[in-house]
Amino acid sequence: MTASKTSTAPTGAPAASGYRSLSMPVRYLINAVLVVVFLVVGELMIDGGVVSRYQTGVIEQIGIYIILAVSLNIATGYLGQLPLGHAGFMSVGGYSCAIFIMRMMDTMGVTARDFATGTPAAALLFVLGIIFGGVCAALCGLIIGVPALRLKGDYLAIITLGFAEIIRVVMQNIDGVLGFTLTGGAKGLTGIPGYTNFLNTFIVVAISLFLIHTMMKSRHGRAVLSIRDNEIAAESCGVNTTYYKTLAFVASAFFAGVAGGLYAGCIGVMAPAKFGFMKSIEILVMVVLGGMGSMLGSVISATVLTILPEALRAVSDYRMVVYAIVLILVMIFRPEGLLGDYDFSMSRVIERIMNHGKRPEDFAPVAAVAEAATPAAASVAVPAAAPGKETGREANDHE
Amino acid sequence: MSMLSVSNLAVSYGAIKAVKGISFDIDEGEIVTLIGANGAGKSTTLNTIAGLIKPDSGSIKFKGEELVGIKPHKIVERGLALCPEGRRVFTHMTVAENLDMGGYTRTDAENKETLELVYEHFPRLKERMNQVAGTLSGGEQQMLAMGRALMSHPKLLMLDEPSMGLAPILVDEIFAIIQALNENGTTILLVEQNANMALKVAARGYVLETGKIVKTGTGAELLVDDDVRKAYLGG
Repeated sequence: MTASKTSTAPTGAPAASGYRSLSMPVRYLINAVLVVVFLVVGELMIDGGVVSRYQTGVIEQIGIYIILAVSLNIATGYLGQLPLGHAGFMSVGGYSCAIFIMRMMDTMGVTARDFATGTPAAALLFVLGIIFGGVCAALCGLIIGVPALRLKGDYLAIITLGFAEIIRVVMQNIDGVLGFTLTGGAKGLTGIPGYTNFLNTFIVVAISLFLIHTMMKSRHGRAVLSIRDNEIAAESCGVNTTYYKTLAFVASAFFAGVAGGLYAGCIGVMAPAKFGFMKSIEILVMVVLGGMGSMLGSVISATVLTILPEALRAVSDYRMVVYAIVLILVMIFRPEGLLGDYDFSMSRVIERIMNHGKRPEDFAPVAAVAEAATPAAASVAVPAAAPGKETGREANDHE
Repeated sequence: MSMLSVSNLAVSYGAIKAVKGISFDIDEGEIVTLIGANGAGKSTTLNTIAGLIKPDSGSIKFKGEELVGIKPHKIVERGLALCPEGRRVFTHMTVAENLDMGGYTRTDAENKETLELVYEHFPRLKERMNQVAGTLSGGEQQMLAMGRALMSHPKLLMLDEPSMGLAPILVDEIFAIIQALNENGTTILLVEQNANMALKVAARGYVLETGKIVKTGTGAELLVDDDVRKAYLGG
């Protein structure tokens, strides 16, 4: 990192504190560059044949599970509720996206081959389908969330669990009841074009993570976090708790629907049986394992828990046993999850390097000592040092 | 006209009647205290005024406007702030973030100004602004809860048991701050079990017993009242 990219934070760290930090545009630039580098490397490896078709499929699934885990994390980690019906939202999104795309292909003149070659019409249809899937899931989230969020803890878990089962049964029987073909019933929805590929999965994952991150760092995100911390206090601070609980729940459902849409295109077949109770639990395990409230934790555990069963195909029958044991061990030895609520920030690492490995706190040692020794002296020392600390806090807030 | 006037307020939890038709009012610039034993209905009254609980009957008028049926966040916007019992701070957030949440209903520019005022009243919060609230001492958490309530720039501040569980020296400090806030123009409704301290700072007091107001008078009158002395001040 060159010195030219250095600049003071908006709060204006005084020269005395000496902590060098990055400005917001630079932070965004760093993240954008990282995303593009990842994408290009991935594409080159797939085109060059380094990564096999099968492995590409697994990578796509990793992306899908990352979205699922991070979206469930909105409701569990950030809002502090325990919904057990994430697979329900995923299946609503998957079915509606797949059906939408299949029905619209003729209208928009897109063939299944176009998704592989990537014509503009196919790309547009993909975007519309994914958004349609997300919106359908979000609507279901709204319908179930309004009554369910009046309840807390176990009650919410039971309601959402029941909801996911209802969705599964509806998907299975709706054709028979309506008298025409929509979901394909128990034998599943077949012939879904393979519209999911590495490129678009990667882009959807990046956009989803960016949106969720931005939302949680905003004023609205703070309101959601305050509800988790203490609902009565949040209410007496003037936070409209009903609204924000519903908002977080609906956002969680939306992204689950998006992931479901990708899933349908990746697997090519939608069967109601795939979206049972165990699927919801699988996603919940990812969140709990990674650390509730940590986006990086969800990403890592979604990656590991998607690769593991593939790598251990021979013993796949024991997967759920291993899940249960791992979960018990984590709960005993690290109840806050692998990462707790820690989140990684590339900008923070670069700032550490720029400041020769010192943390922002290290720039205010005088105040810290004075505070501990004599309270009277602290009140004099702190105002000078505080802005330096403030900048440090800002740095932690943004990736 | 009084700032807040409560009339015939009745509240129940299921079959249990917690507040059985009480009436009182607060004038602008006053400190008014509700005193009484455990379960007298003091906190219930405050929570009902703040909109957290729906009353069975009665009316709560703030500056002539009815508050019953209005959502809690709208009540905060109108200038009533509740500092809830038991120092309900956001334990995972820093002191500065907690105060930021207190000014949730207001703009950043307004908050910046109010924040300076809050730090003036609570210099210790400024020293600890980047500390996570859960690691503060009990007294500091109480100060933070009060500071957070002040961040909404309330016309009427309702304090629920600010002295609960604090060392005597901290109780004195908290009450000194309450008086200072009042001198700066904030009207205060104080709910306390520490009747002695509360009556010393309050202009007027109401004594609650099992959901009813049994006695009212100025703070000085109630301090020397025989019944009050026997029941709440230890003889």
